[in-house]
Amino acid sequence: MSIQAINTDPMLPDLFQIEHIRRELSDTFTLTLAAQDGKTDFQFQPGQFNMLYQFGVGEVPISISGDPARSDRLIHTIRDVGSVTSAMAKLAKGDVIGLRGPYGKPWPVEDMEGQDIVIITGGIGLAPLRPAIYHILANRKKYGKVVLLYGARTPGDILYRKELEKWRGRFDMCVEVTVDNAGREWSGNVGVVPNLVSRARFDPLHTSAMVCGPEIMMHYAIKALNSADVANDQIYVSMERNMKCAVGFCGHCQYGHNFVCKDGPVFRFDRISKIFSVREV
Amino acid sequence: MVKISNLDKSLSEHPFFEDMDAEIQKIIAGCARNERYEADAIIHHEGDKADRFYLVRGGVVSIELHVPGHEPVVMDSVHEGEVFGWSWIIPPYRNTYDARAVKLTRLVSLDAKCLRKKMKKNHELGYELLKRFIPVMAHRLSASRLQILDVFGSPKQKS
Ligand SMILES: Cc1cc2nc3c(=O)[nH]c(=O)nc-3n(C[C@H](O)[C@H](O)[C@H](O)COP(=O)(O)OP(=O)(O)OC[C@H]3O[C@@H](n4cnc5c(N)ncnc54)[C@H](O)[C@@H]3O)c2cc1C
Ligand code: FES
Repeated sequence: MSIQAINTDPMLPDLFQIEHIRRELSDTFTLTLAAQDGKTDFQFQPGQFNMLYQFGVGEVPISISGDPARSDRLIHTIRDVGSVTSAMAKLAKGDVIGLRGPYGKPWPVEDMEGQDIVIITGGIGLAPLRPAIYHILANRKKYGKVVLLYGARTPGDILYRKELEKWRGRFDMCVEVTVDNAGREWSGNVGVVPNLVSRARFDPLHTSAMVCGPEIMMHYAIKALNSADVANDQIYVSMERNMKCAVGFCGHCQYGHNFVCKDGPVFRFDRISKIFSVREV
Repeated sequence: MVKISNLDKSLSEHPFFEDMDAEIQKIIAGCARNERYEADAIIHHEGDKADRFYLVRGGVVSIELHVPGHEPVVMDSVHEGEVFGWSWIIPPYRNTYDARAVKLTRLVSLDAKCLRKKMKKNHELGYELLKRFIPVMAHRLSASRLQILDVFGSPKQKS
C-alpha cells in the first residue's frame, strides 16, 4: 500500500516515529522513519519526495533517499538550512513527526534501460539521486556504463562518503568525486563538478543523464553535457521550489506553466530549458 | 636525452594539439622537453618566472594558492590530457600559483622564450597556439567563477 492510500485527505499527515538518526555532516543528518500505526509498506519511486511536518514549526518537502526495494522504512537525508530543518536537526530518536507523500514525478530509470547513465550531482543533491543509484545497481545488467560525478565544497562535506567509496570499488561503475577546494592532505580531484564531464567515458548518443544540485551547478553541468554531445532531451534535472500543498492545489511551486510538486520535481531538460535560463520564474 | 621524434609523438597524442598542422607541431616540438616529477614535488612556485607551460601526459598536478598564515589551499587539479600555466603569454610573465605533482607525473614542458620568439616570427603558429589557449583560459575562468560562488556553502554561513 502506498502512503497516499493511508488517509483520504491529502493534506493530513500520518505520524511517523524516528527510529534512527545518523549524523552525516556537521549540518546534515539522515532520519529513518517508521509509521506509528505499524504499517510497513511505503512504496515510492526514485526521485519522489515526502512532505515532512515538524509540529508547531512547519512542513518541508524532502526527497526519499533510501532504497526503493526496501519499502518497510522511510529514509530522508536533511540539511539544516532554516527554521523547519533546524528544528528537525534537534529531534531525537523516538520523537514523532508528520509525513505525507510520496509526491512528484520520479527519475525515469526504467525508460533509461539500455543506455549509459551519467549522474551529476553535488552537495545534498546526492540524496534525491541515491534511490536511482540503488535501483540501477540492483538492475545493473540492464544499463550500459554507469558514471557518477559528485562535487562537494570540501573533503569534509562529502555526503555518504563510505557508500561512495564502496561504489567506487565496483568494477562496473565509475565514480569521480571532486571538491571546490581542499588542503594538501586531499589527493583527489579539486575543481567544480562540471569539469569532470569531459574526463568521463560514455557514449553521448546513447546516454541518459540525471542532474541534481544547486541551479547554478546544474546550469554548468548541462553546458558540459551539451559540449560532450549529450542533447537536452537526454538530460533530466530535479528542480526545487518552495511548496505548500505538494498536490497541485495552491500554485506555490509554480515554475512557468508547471507545478514542481506534480509535474516535477524531475523534468526532462528540453521541456523546461526555456524557463530554466529566465532570471525570475 | 629524449629524441625530438618522441616529443613529436607526445605532442601529437596530446588533446591540446589535436588537429594541429604537423609542420607547426614540429616547430613547437623544438621548444619542448619531457619532465618527470615524483609525488609531492613542486613544479613551480607562485611569483617564479613563467618560463614554461605544461602539458600533462600522466599523473595529476595540483594548483595551489598560498595565503599568508594559512595552510596552502588547493584550487584545481590538472589531469592527463590537460594543460596548465598560461602566465607565459601574459606580461610580466610570473606564475600566479604553485604547481605541485600529486603523484608521479609526466609532463611535456614548452620553453616560453623559445615559443614567444617563434610566435613573433610565425603568426600562424601564434594564432594556432592562442586559438587553443583561449578556450582553456575561458573554461578555467568560468570554473573559477562557479567556485567563488560557493554553491554548496551553507545558507546559514552565508547570511
Ligand atoms: C522536491 C524537493 C525535494 C527536496 N529534497 C530535499 C532533501 O532531500 N534534503 C534536503 O535537505 N532538502 C531538500 N529539499 C529542500 C528543502 O525542502 C528546503 O531546504 C527546506 O524547505 C528549507 O526549509 P527551512 O524552513 O528549513 O528553511 P527556510 O527558513 O525556509 O529557509 C532559510 C534560508 O535558507 C534558504 N534556503 C531554503 N531552502 C534552501 C535550499 N534548498 N538550499 C539552499 N538554501 C535554501 C532560504 O532562502 C533562506 O535564506 C527539497 C526541496 C524540494 C522542492
Ligand atoms: S505546492 Fe501547491 S501547487 Fe505545488
